[in-house]
Amino acid sequence: MTTAQAPSSHGTDRLVDYDELLTRYEPVIGLETHVELGTASKMFCGCATTFGAEPNTQTCPVCLGLPGSLPVANAAAIEATIRIGLALGCRIASWCRFARKNYFYPDIPKGFQTSQYDEPLCTAGHLDVEVDGETYRVEIERVHLEEDTGKNLHVGGATGRIHGASHSLVDFNRAGIPLVEIVTRPVPGAGAKAPEVARAYVTELRDIIQTLGASDVRMEQGSLRCDVNTSLAPVGSLEWGTRTETKNVNSLRSVERAVRYEMRRQAAVLDAGGRVLQETRHFHEDSGSTSPGRSKEEATDYRYFPEPDLVPVAPDAEWVEKLAAELPELPAARRARLQEEWGLSATEMAWLVNAGALGLVDATVAAGATPADARKWWLGELARRANDAGMELGELAVTPRQVAELTRLVAEGTVNDQLARQALDGVLAGEGDPAQVVEARGLAVMGESDELVAAVEAAIAGAPDVVAKVRGGKVQALGALVGAVMKATRGKADAATVKRMLEERVVGS
Amino acid sequence: MSTPSPQETAESQAPAALGREVTAGLGRDDVAHLARLARLALTDEELDHFAGQLSAVLDAVAEVGKADVEDVPPMTHAVPLTNVTREDVVTPSLPRDVVLAEAPAAEDDRFRVPQILGEEE
Repeated sequence: MTTAQAPSSHGTDRLVDYDELLTRYEPVIGLETHVELGTASKMFCGCATTFGAEPNTQTCPVCLGLPGSLPVANAAAIEATIRIGLALGCRIASWCRFARKNYFYPDIPKGFQTSQYDEPLCTAGHLDVEVDGETYRVEIERVHLEEDTGKNLHVGGATGRIHGASHSLVDFNRAGIPLVEIVTRPVPGAGAKAPEVARAYVTELRDIIQTLGASDVRMEQGSLRCDVNTSLAPVGSLEWGTRTETKNVNSLRSVERAVRYEMRRQAAVLDAGGRVLQETRHFHEDSGSTSPGRSKEEATDYRYFPEPDLVPVAPDAEWVEKLAAELPELPAARRARLQEEWGLSATEMAWLVNAGALGLVDATVAAGATPADARKWWLGELARRANDAGMELGELAVTPRQVAELTRLVAEGTVNDQLARQALDGVLAGEGDPAQVVEARGLAVMGESDELVAAVEAAIAGAPDVVAKVRGGKVQALGALVGAVMKATRGKADAATVKRMLEERVVGS
Repeated sequence: MSTPSPQETAESQAPAALGREVTAGLGRDDVAHLARLARLALTDEELDHFAGQLSAVLDAVAEVGKADVEDVPPMTHAVPLTNVTREDVVTPSLPRDVVLAEAPAAEDDRFRVPQILGEEE
């Protein structure tokens, strides 16, 4: 058995080699995703939802759970939840209620979270995701509406963590912000691709919700949060293994890493004859490892019961039909349309999507570039720059409109590819739009100017041997002269023009 | 539509809260478990005392179960309304000093709470 110690300060889990564990175990994954809706006001009161506001400046008697206050549901949040459900192909309940989920924790001011229990707003949907050309169907169990909790700040511990803290400080600005929970059914059968399927699912879900405009779905700000369930069962087993639920998974990359780590850790536990504990585990971004969190409470421990302060939600069938008809073009349909419009193969399309360039290329085309030029820039030069800088494509300091302008300058012959790259340097350095940079840096291609004529004649005079070769019939030797002129003009000449001028003078026309 | 189907309601109205028939009465272990969930420290004597009291309460409530409701449509709420909502409009929040004035302790513009034990976020 091949094992390794986890490179982690948080634990010394034994890990089985990934490829090896797949010969003995099959993973089942499941995902619970929480999305903070982008409503202006909270779920049950009129407090603002602005991210990053001063602590406890967006609270009122309702979201603080003060006696005598009464909640009223936010119509926009209900509508957004139904639209998410519809986009996931869910059945929309014709009648459902909110429920109280009772537990004590300082981030929950009322002693319960207003949530939904056995009557979620949306049920039985699905989302198809693609990994390496294969489609995996992820069944959606439910989509329900609840409220977010406050934020704890732990004081006195070493790293702001709860362990070792002397006390905690609570900010209730986030408490009561509408939160949609999207729960998948267990996903078996992904095998070695399970980590990637998990990531692809969250990515696709994020893109859908963004397209719907229901949330800004920013993982780093916590408006999209993901819990990843992972279990392993021996190959061929009819029963699934015990699952763990990994929290604090705060990026798409972490979703994949968390599943992979849990698979390797659980395999080592099972190989050693142990039992996987059903527990919540905490993902550590720095080491990519997980460590045990609180033990999972039983559903009955939450003592759910229907929320008496809110009346049932009964979406009108006609209204739901109208919402369904008004859904925007969803990412999968958009990809299919663009692939067709741009005449790309499935593989080419997959590259574009995986590079995170689809929206950027689309916007660049919309700004006037040809699809081929837009793809060439985003997947070529810009991807290289992003990679060198350790950034996502979208984080580069260049807009699709500016890229379109670059392609236009090249197409018009104002600059060649090499000069365009220099112009891009300027744009990325904040020197303005491409045309401005070309102007300011003097990057425009030289016409048949006196300077260029002089450079051409100097090249001919400087290489009589090459001239002799060309005149003797070795026309391809002209390339050396072109190179010399390009060098002398620091790349600002147009190679085709230079070649023509050389031919006129060396070969004669 | 404002009335749920009887089946929907019957299921959701089941006494799921404790995961058992309410008429079965509460044992000492049940009360200890509830006390833990409610973060209450109870002595052995108190556990026995409350187990008896709570069982009596549940028995009293269970009397309702004897009523013949064959022909009575299920009721889900004291008020026969659905879809009471508000528009997504921001209204003023409380001033922070007012909010924190009610707190037993505050620090750095936040509510200060004692050490949170035994649970990892």
